[in-house]
Amino acid sequence: MSDVTVEQVADAMYELVKATHGKKNLKAMDLTKAMIEKFGDAVDKKMCKLAIRQLIDGGRCIYSYFGGSYITLPSKEGEQG
Amino acid sequence: MEKKELKTPLLDELEKGPWPSFVREIKKSAEKNPMARDTLGQLERSYEDRISHWKHGGLVGVMGYGGGVIGRYSDLPEEFPEVAAFHTYRVNQPSGWFYTSEALRTICDIWEKHGSGLTNMHGSTGDIILLGSKTEALEPCFADLTEAGWDLGGSGSDVRTPSCCVGPARCEWACYDTLEACYDITQSYQDELHRPMFPYKYKFKFAGCPNDCVAAIARSDMSIIGTWKDAIQIDQEKVREYASDGVDIEAEVVDLCPTGCIAWDGQKITIDNSECVKCMHCINVMPKALAPGKERGATILIGAKAPIVGGALLSSVFVPFIEMKPPFEEIKELAEAIWDVWGEYGKNRERVGEFIQRVGLGNFLEEIGLEPVPEMIAHPRTNPYIFFDEELEEDEDEE
Ligand code: HEM
Ligand code: HEM
Ligand code: SF4
Ligand code: SF4
Repeated sequence: MSDVTVEQVADAMYELVKATHGKKNLKAMDLTKAMIEKFGDAVDKKMCKLAIRQLIDGGRCIYSYFGGSYITLPSKEGEQG
Repeated sequence: MEKKELKTPLLDELEKGPWPSFVREIKKSAEKNPMARDTLGQLERSYEDRISHWKHGGLVGVMGYGGGVIGRYSDLPEEFPEVAAFHTYRVNQPSGWFYTSEALRTICDIWEKHGSGLTNMHGSTGDIILLGSKTEALEPCFADLTEAGWDLGGSGSDVRTPSCCVGPARCEWACYDTLEACYDITQSYQDELHRPMFPYKYKFKFAGCPNDCVAAIARSDMSIIGTWKDAIQIDQEKVREYASDGVDIEAEVVDLCPTGCIAWDGQKITIDNSECVKCMHCINVMPKALAPGKERGATILIGAKAPIVGGALLSSVFVPFIEMKPPFEEIKELAEAIWDVWGEYGKNRERVGEFIQRVGLGNFLEEIGLEPVPEMIAHPRTNPYIFFDEELEEDEDEE
């Protein structure tokens, strides 16, 4: 299996968050499970953590709170996703 | 700006009597802070209407952090524009809540500059609570707090700000250094604290002895409670002193020992330490005569939650005794093993205690790699879900 980079995982996560935006909120573990399903053994939980860190620190995604903590696209303040 | 006089007849009731009054304090702040003034106005309205006018939620926070700021809005923004957005910061408190007066002044100055000036020292989480920030003030206030050496605490589905009792700093019963352990765990899990990655919150609380002054056993997913292995230390001379000073040792100590393991012959007490459950009762009654043993450490208990909707759970013993020495590897290994299993299979908003009830303690222990031990049994015969390997094998043999 070819090597997968953290950037690629972050990109794939971002696409997933975009695709589900407004339909379903995803938690960090939902993204992680989806990536492990997509990339198989080429990724692990640690790598997914790094990818999420990239998304958040780079401002592509933010943490939102709707009873639990989710990873979403940055959107308007006060919006209840 | 022209201000009309603020009338708060219902709140004023709470200023009557000789005790401290939050209304009196908010009124002082209201003289110089319009947010505090509108807080009073809206609170009076809530008392009239008998309903809260605060709304939850929404998307607020500071860059890079998934916790530490809790979104709050007024549902009467036209009437009380100064509190239209009224977010709460949780600021990570120092271990054991020890401050210099300078540190307190610094944080108050920052808060008067950016927010309502109202604080809650401390929230039930243990954090310093700064009440009432407008959305646009969040980042600048966070920048000033960071600059002064403060950090935000946890909120949402993350490791919540760990807290501890004052421990050895002020208390002779401390069986380990709660302050050090709390600080170490806080520093080690900065990622888990600021970047929510769990099904729900995860709380660590550190109590130095079973008196449990931080109420770890009632509230924390992982309670680390000081205990000892050897005999309670007894100064018989001092026991006799208590007796001659009027303590009825038979009635107040012997008869109230939950396991009946103390005897008093009028001259000295004897304790059957193998039966002692470390409840602290005898030590609390005669603190000058008795003390925890010398071989000290802690018990790790898992799974408490204080209820909002469903039932309360107390945490239960997982590891009866560990030595409490940095870098606290046993605590970290156990916490990480739990996060791995619960993180993957836990449902949204399911605390680890509820998760254990759902999957069964036996299955959970197997997943995290802990052996069942008798100490995990809270009461005899209330334990249908632990199966020891030998029994299982016997059963299989019969078939
Ligand atoms: C003088 C007569 C009886 C005495 C002294 C007696 C005593 C006891 C005791 C001490 C227990 C255990 C309670 C516990 O540990 O929580 C028990 C449980 C039980 N007894 Fe009796 N019992 C008597 C008559 C009966 C009769 C006549 C029946 C049925 C026809 C019966 C059925 C049961 C059952 C089913 C339990 C188990 C309850 C449970 O597990 O929750 N007992 N009994
Ligand atoms: C089809 C019939 C029966 C069923 C399905 C049944 C079921 C049970 C169950 C589920 C328990 C609890 C076991 C546990 O907590 O580990 C129990 C305990 C008990 N049963 Fe029965 N039982 C039946 C008949 C009887 C009869 C006829 C008697 C007495 C005349 C009886 C006396 C007891 C007693 C005394 C206990 C308590 C045992 C203990 O506490 O250690 N049972 N039974
Ligand atoms: S929990 Fe025990 S050690 Fe900690 S302050 Fe209370 S009595 Fe002292
Ligand atoms: S600590 Fe509690 S159980 Fe132990 S001897 Fe004292 S009173 Fe009894």
